[in-house]
Amino acid sequence: MTQTAEQTRNITLTQALNEAMREEMRRDERVFIMGEDIQSGVYGASAGLAQEFGYERVRDCPLSENAFMGAAVGAAAVGMRPIVESAFCFMWVAMDSLVSQASKMRYMFGGQVDLPIVYRASLYYGGSMAAHHSDRSYPLFMHIPGFKVVFASNSYDGKGLMKTAIRDNDPVLFCEDRTILGARGEVPEDDYAIPLGVADVKREGTDVTIVAIGGMVPRALEAADTLAQEGISAEVLDPRTLVPLDRQAILDSVAKTGRLVTVDMAHKTCSAASEIAAIVAMEGFWSLQAPVQRLGTANVHIPFSTALEPLCYPTAETIADAARATLE
Amino acid sequence: MELTREAMLELYRTMATIRHFEERGIPETGQRRMSASVHSSAGQEAVPTGICAHLTDDDYIGSTHRGHGHCIAKGVDPKAMMAELFGRATGPNKGKGGSMHIADMSKGMLGTNGVVAASVPLAVGAGLTSKLRHNNQRVAVAFFGDGGANQGVLHESMNLASVWKLPVIFCCENNQYAESTPVEYALSASHVADRAVAYNMPGIHVDGMDVFAVYDAAGQAVARAKAGEGPTLLECLTYRYYGHTVFDNPLSYRTREEEEHWRNRDPLKLFRETVVPQGEISAEELDQIDREAENLMEEAIRFADSSPMPQPSELYEDVYVDYPVELLKRGSNMEI
Ligand SMILES: Cc1ncc(C[n+]2csc(CCOP(=O)(O)OP(=O)(O)O)c2C)c(N)n1
Ligand SMILES: [Mg+2]
Repeated sequence: MTQTAEQTRNITLTQALNEAMREEMRRDERVFIMGEDIQSGVYGASAGLAQEFGYERVRDCPLSENAFMGAAVGAAAVGMRPIVESAFCFMWVAMDSLVSQASKMRYMFGGQVDLPIVYRASLYYGGSMAAHHSDRSYPLFMHIPGFKVVFASNSYDGKGLMKTAIRDNDPVLFCEDRTILGARGEVPEDDYAIPLGVADVKREGTDVTIVAIGGMVPRALEAADTLAQEGISAEVLDPRTLVPLDRQAILDSVAKTGRLVTVDMAHKTCSAASEIAAIVAMEGFWSLQAPVQRLGTANVHIPFSTALEPLCYPTAETIADAARATLE
Repeated sequence: MELTREAMLELYRTMATIRHFEERGIPETGQRRMSASVHSSAGQEAVPTGICAHLTDDDYIGSTHRGHGHCIAKGVDPKAMMAELFGRATGPNKGKGGSMHIADMSKGMLGTNGVVAASVPLAVGAGLTSKLRHNNQRVAVAFFGDGGANQGVLHESMNLASVWKLPVIFCCENNQYAESTPVEYALSASHVADRAVAYNMPGIHVDGMDVFAVYDAAGQAVARAKAGEGPTLLECLTYRYYGHTVFDNPLSYRTREEEEHWRNRDPLKLFRETVVPQGEISAEELDQIDREAENLMEEAIRFADSSPMPQPSELYEDVYVDYPVELLKRGSNMEI
């Protein structure tokens, strides 16, 4: 993508998501938003949308997630294109609507329905939010057929992927990582959309491939900087969407480097990183020159204390260590 | 309901302790980089105080994200609570829980809770246990907010407790907002208590700023529970003085006039205005209790600050039951 300075703006990921929703709501009047405390939102991605589109299309919901996440399924099945704003930690109470209904309906009904829903799922971690407010459970949704899972790591990807998610006719779980929502990046003036299932190389390299998602991408880039000083050339690949997953891009990169570090911030067991490691172990085995390194969050619930929480997550240091380990 | 002089002073002491804990303690958590999502219950003191005055350590409560007052009223040590808020190993949860998960099983305190209305079925389970094992003589109170009133699990829980005639009190602390959403917008009924009809239990609506009104209503509900007559829905109208969390500016959705109106009905002030003119308790005695509560908070902050942080090794403790290693030959999922 080449853009001149005049054609782009430097905006946060939150603003990028806001623009995507705004433009899609202008484009298609079937698009509407449901969530808690979104009308009054001054900071979040829905900020200002109620002012432009009114309270009918930007709907505050009572604290009834199972009901409104299920209502999104019903509305989508009969012609609307709902966006639902929530967070992973509050989706547990709506699991039946999400799993038994949203993910299964198209298949169960023999393909009779389109379910164009975007479930916007915030994930918070690293801020002493403790166990109930630090869930990063996107791998669980990868595990369930029927959901598409999108995870943008910067403003450009966020806007382009959100547009595609809104236009897509399946339920999309759109992960919004709070650790990077405020990060700025260049976004074009012109309309654009990014297809699902296309990974992006965030930094080219030749010695080791680091596959990272969401808030792990900046940490992986930082690790790559450190490694570069040691003469190690790391390639950082961001799948951008976990379902569908750009397996070929991952395999191609590993074919080039011969080494793989996979990293995400979900619990390590059955994580996105696990799935990627498994794919490479099966389909890229002959390219590998060293065992795959898989990084994720410790298999514990997230503790409150600042003495413990930082020990849970992958960091630029542990990512760099893992990359070094593949070169030993 | 008749209260002894001592019992009345105890009500005031509980309210003052909660107020000072919130006003003195919460700003301290921010200075220690532990401020993430702490919810002040200042303004709402009369509710847990009036209810828990009927309870002993054998009774149970389930609490909310705004739960410091519930903890204190149920007898949890404010010093240990402060340590928990500071992320210290000496907190009741050893620093793993923080404000939104404080639990003290020795006090029948089943946890503050990060998920809205999620502690309600826990209280129902405690009530079921009371019925099965303790002839209903232990009461379980489920606290939830006006926002929580719209969670499906509350309705399922009320129905369950009613059909099983469990010794449970469903206590709605209606502070009139769920984050920025006013209760009039989100609630289909005029009062949460009206919903009791659907579950065939009494629905009582009281002034939640008046500790005596709460105490009386709770007394009836406790008596009914212990007599095996089943649950009660008790709605207490109250007000939170501060934002939803420390990051929230409440004036973006409510007016200063409204805040002042409710601050004029302050539960501690109301207590004084009711009790002092009756002559049995003097203003000086109440001042003295306030000072003691203030001192307790200084002590709590000192205790918390001088307490150790959890050791890194504790990260992996308490994920599963701690069986002796010999029993764990296979099947452990504790790989890092
Ligand atoms: C299931 C769930 N949904 C959303 C949230 C986010 N949240 C935390 S507190 C709150 C408002 C709760 O309002 P209310 O029940 O009235 O209690 P109050 O904060 O007024 O004490 C919301 C939306 C949550 N913690 N849990
Ligand atoms: Mg409320």
